[in-house]
Amino acid sequence: MPHDHSDHPHALLPPDPALRVKALETILTRKGLIDPAALDEIIDTYQNKIGPQNGARVLARAWCDPAFKEALLADADPVLAQLGYYGRQGEHMVVVENTPQQHNMVVCTLCSCYPWPLLGIPPGWYKSDAYRARAVREPRAVLADFGVSLPEGTRVRVWDSTAEVRYLVLPMRPDGTDGFSEDQLAELVTRDSMVGTGLAKTPEGTT
Amino acid sequence: MSRVHDMGGRFGDGAVRPDPPKAPVFAAEWHARALAVTLACGALGQWNIDTSRHAREKLSPLDYTRFSYYEIWLAALADLLVQKGVLSEDDLAGQGSDTPHPLASKRLTADMVPSVLAKGGPADRDGGPEPVFAEGDAVRTRHPGGNRLVNGGHTRLPGYATGAEGRILRRHGTHVLPDSAAHGLGEAPEPLYAVIFAAGELWSHPENPEDEVVLDLWQSYLEPV
Repeated sequence: MPHDHSDHPHALLPPDPALRVKALETILTRKGLIDPAALDEIIDTYQNKIGPQNGARVLARAWCDPAFKEALLADADPVLAQLGYYGRQGEHMVVVENTPQQHNMVVCTLCSCYPWPLLGIPPGWYKSDAYRARAVREPRAVLADFGVSLPEGTRVRVWDSTAEVRYLVLPMRPDGTDGFSEDQLAELVTRDSMVGTGLAKTPEGTT
Repeated sequence: MSRVHDMGGRFGDGAVRPDPPKAPVFAAEWHARALAVTLACGALGQWNIDTSRHAREKLSPLDYTRFSYYEIWLAALADLLVQKGVLSEDDLAGQGSDTPHPLASKRLTADMVPSVLAKGGPADRDGGPEPVFAEGDAVRTRHPGGNRLVNGGHTRLPGYATGAEGRILRRHGTHVLPDSAAHGLGEAPEPLYAVIFAAGELWSHPENPEDEVVLDLWQSYLEPV
């Protein structure tokens, strides 16, 4: 038995992570504390039901409907709740708009806070030490890692999610999309564009 | 006085590596299980989100650094289950009993999952102290930072933003104070503000002096300028 577990009992579990989670799941199931079927349901929810397509639908609508956009930017919670996008890790939402003058980018330097009901589970890079460490100090260098460079004169505003407020970026609508339907526009709203590490796709880029 | 998770502004981490297009939500099956076990245990109601964040932050710096993201979750969950008396060390070591647990009645079942995830856990509260700052007010974050109630305790004022002057961008209402709630000291709700800082106020070599950083900060983290 490991001997360094006095403060950190996790050392009593097998070190290999896949075996570790299996051991914990087995112990908890035998004691009646968790239901494996509930775990399957949670995984199915975030793998198949809740993801960036939710946020894309909302923001495509904001591109088409000025009154909706105004309401979303002024007070997102009631607007999102009405659309059914309220839930865990999205209880207090703020939508911030990109303009030619200002590019917004979202990070959580202290952990991995992210708007789950709109974007799903965060990708690995969002939770990486490199992103958490660098996004606040050198956002433009981080954008370059994503192949994004901003025009001269655009200021970067980085939002560090230090409380239970979750931020969603409304990217700029690409040129050449006049007359596009909401569904067509939603295809252009990428996950990264809603975090601020990307821009919306252009119509040419969607073929 | 900092902890290992407080890495905003740190040097040396290298490039951010975007994921390939169509990357799966979970890179490995055990990642998905780790997330689901953690959420299911949270439903037992023995801790709140601040306690669970603190459990991750107080892993040893060595473990926090060498563990991958979901390994951090798993280690913190195991520690928390023992710390809160849900499991014993014998249980973790595979030497416990299989008799039904007193908390088994609180078990999250599959049919409850949609409503529990949809319900969430809002952090805003009625009451608490009156807001003393208004939009546009100049404020300074306290220095030194750290939890004022518990030495080495949980706090949400990152080290890079202590002692910095900014201004109130917007109010978020009144929210549970993590510094208190993480340690079973009550929710102690306080006004929460989005506070905006010029990059040059935070970094000795700002990448661009026009850039800004916004943090959500509780009233007791701030003093008037």
